[in-house]
Parts: sequence; structure tokens; C-alpha cells
Amino acid sequence: MAHIPEGVVSAPVLIAGGVVAVAALCYAVKKLDYSKIPHAAVLAACFFVASLVAVPAGPSSVHLLLNGLMGLLLGWTAVPAIVVALALQAVFFGFGGPLVLGVNAVNMALPALLAAGLIRPVLASAVQAQQRRQIYLLGGAAGLIGVAGTGTMVCLSLVVSSAAYTSAAKIIAITYLPLAMVEMLVTATVVGFIAKVAPEMLLQAQTEPLAEEQTNAEVL
Amino acid sequence: MLASQLQAQHQLRWLSHTDPRVNMLAAGVFALVAVLSHQLSALVLLLVIALLLNGLAGTRWRSVGKRLLAFETFMLLLVLLLPFSISGQTWFSLWGMTASIEGAKQALAIILRGNAVVLTLLALLAIREPINLGYGAAALGFSPKLIHLFMMTVRYIQVLGEEFARLRNAMKARAFAPASNWHTWRSYGWMMGMLLVRSMERAQRIVDAMRCRGFDGSLYLNQQLQWRRKDSIALALLLLLSLLPLGLQLFLEH
Repeated sequence: MAHIPEGVVSAPVLIAGGVVAVAALCYAVKKLDYSKIPHAAVLAACFFVASLVAVPAGPSSVHLLLNGLMGLLLGWTAVPAIVVALALQAVFFGFGGPLVLGVNAVNMALPALLAAGLIRPVLASAVQAQQRRQIYLLGGAAGLIGVAGTGTMVCLSLVVSSAAYTSAAKIIAITYLPLAMVEMLVTATVVGFIAKVAPEMLLQAQTEPLAEEQTNAEVL
Repeated sequence: MLASQLQAQHQLRWLSHTDPRVNMLAAGVFALVAVLSHQLSALVLLLVIALLLNGLAGTRWRSVGKRLLAFETFMLLLVLLLPFSISGQTWFSLWGMTASIEGAKQALAIILRGNAVVLTLLALLAIREPINLGYGAAALGFSPKLIHLFMMTVRYIQVLGEEFARLRNAMKARAFAPASNWHTWRSYGWMMGMLLVRSMERAQRIVDAMRCRGFDGSLYLNQQLQWRRKDSIALALLLLLSLLPLGLQLFLEH
């Protein structure tokens, strides 16, 4: 439900989405260091694979978006990773289309950036202080921000396109509720797991320059 | 598991031997035409052309059907409610709500348009190797960093798909049956966490290996695309074909 098919949203929404997506993509790609491309690619692939899992939720099942988690782990790099994953999904699975890609990317990437901006710094200090509860709660919050943000954006893109979509948008918003719940729980568990096993992945924002220097020194 | 999903097995004939840029440009123009067409007859023509392209490309009907099913739920939701939310001439009433003919027409237009685009993407792009599309995008002037990210993502989707299948099998071997409960969600969370941690380690190994081989910040594409005459002809034909619906629409309007 996170992928709006081609030909549904109106031209102004398409153009606005495209412009915002291209601007965010340009900025993120400019920021992206060549030596970080393998990390970004592997994580993008990981999210692509994980989003294929049908997770049971009540009588039906949901596919996770994981954009909140992506924001936590990748920061701005989440934008190109999301764009690449969405382009692959559009071409090979038929979710979305070439022109609506910008809108879909913005719908997924903005909540990811929001989660990155809001949760990442707090989470880093929680990981350092080893506050288990706090880590789980923050992970869940990131998942919730991702899904709720994307759900809101999808509904907004529909409603802004045409007032006739309002009732459909309401139903779509309801379908996001089970997804939000499951995603919140799963993201909390993933973040809790990573905090235990590889806390450095969550501390990147603070330790990145140091690690970079070290590896460069080793190579040179 | 994913390799087969990514490269659907088709009996490829046409359109898979052209320059990838031809397919990408044609797909873009086709989507644009789809968005610009609003007359039902033009959209029907668009869908017919999309089916024709699938016939030419030699895609299998089963995979076509699968793809269409995948996005039809979203479409159904939108489309079932549209006749009721747009006011106009009454078509029928149900539980006190009236469906309008205008709404039904608009719903039909959306269905035709969405399906046509999905089918075209299948016929023009999905039959190509993802890496080939990467070369095409590079030749079209996309940022090299983005291209490298795309290429490596395609590669690692396959690798991680296998890794994921292994983890899944390990869970199955321990009698894990997914259900709607806390145990399932936590187990999936751990599995995804494990996949992420292993992926990160793998990424670090890749960077190290690349540095060992003299990685200086730029990767080189090992294939130069050559634009041949038959590519120009194919592109011209495809563009002509995709512009037909717009022509029909203009003709009908005047």
C-alpha cells in the first residue's frame, strides 16, 4: 500500500514529488562518500529482501516498510537507497511507475529522514548509556514514525490529487494501522538486537569521523 | 530465490537486444503519454499497445498476471469508491449511496492507465538484466555514485536473498511457524537484525577487499554501450507507437 500506482495522482503532485525527490537525492548523493557506497548498497539490498517477508498481522499479513529503521541506520544515505529499491520494485514487481517514483520516494524517504533526525541522536546516547528500555522504545518510535509518516504522506498525495480520493484515503489510512503496530514491534526488536550485537552501527553519527580516520591510516 | 524473481524467465525475442537506453526512454515516454491521456478510447488504445509490446517482447502471460495482481488491491480500493465519491449522473444506488457514471468513467480510466504502465514496464524494462539497465542509466547521464549504488544493490539483493533463505531455513528447522503473535514478531525482528549485522560486516569486508585492489574512489563500468542504427529505428518505432494514443485523443477532441 505504500506504492502509489502510475496514473493515480494528479500532475501537480507528480511534479512536486519529482522535484523534492530529485533535490533530496542530489543532496544525499553529494554527501555520500564513495567508500560508503558498499554499506549503503548492502543495506538497501537488505531492506529490499526484508520487505518481501509477509509478516502475519491478525487475520492477514503485512510487508514491512522498514523506512524508519533505514533512517536510523543510514541517515541521509537512506534517500538514494530508498530510490534504488523503489526503482527496482517498480521495474521488476510492478509496484509504482517511472513518473510516480518521485512521489513514492518522497513518501518513504521523508519519514526516514524524520526518524533519523529525531531518534538517531537520542538513540546513540541511549546505546552508550546501555538503557535497554529506552533503546527498545526509541526503536519502536522510529518504526512508528516511518509507517505513520508514509501512511500520512500517501493519503495526503491522494487527497491533494483529487478530493474524490478522500474516502479511499481514509480506508488506506486504516490499513496502515496493523502495519504500524507490527512495524513498531519488529523495529524495536531489530534495534534492540543491533544494540546488543553491534552497537557501533547505531553510534555511527558520533564515531564516524574517528573510524574513517583510522581506516584511512591503516590503508595508507 | 530472488534471482528468479528479479529476472523473470521469459522467452525473449525482441526488445531485449536493443540498447537499454532505447527501452528506458521509450518506457519514460510511454508513462508520460499514459498520464497525459484522459479519453477512454485513447487509454484503451494505450492498453492494447502495452499488450502488443508484451507480445513482441515475449513475456509469459503467467508472470504478466502475477504482476497485475500485485498492485490490483490498491487500484480496487481507489476504484471501487470513486463512483460513489464523484457526483454526477446516477448509475446505480447501493445502501443509500449513489454511484455516478462520471465516477465510474474516471475509475475505468485509472484502471486502464495503471495497467498499461505496469505492462509496458514489464515488456520494456523487466525483461532486461538489472545490470544492463544500470549501464543504460549511466549512459543516460545519471550520477556515477547512484549507478554504483544501483549496481551493488542489485548484486547484493541476490547474495542477501540467499543469506535470508538460509536464516529462514534454520528457523524452519527449529519448527518456527509464523503466526500473529509476539513470538513471531520478535523472531522476525531478530532475524532481520541478524541479516543487517551480517550485511554490515559483509559491507566492511567488501570495502577492505576493494581497497586491497587499489580502490581510488571510482569504479569503472566494464562495458561501453554502442548506439547502433537499429537502436535508432527501434526507438523511433516505439516512440511512434506510444504517441498514437495522444494522437487519437487530439483527433477526437477536434
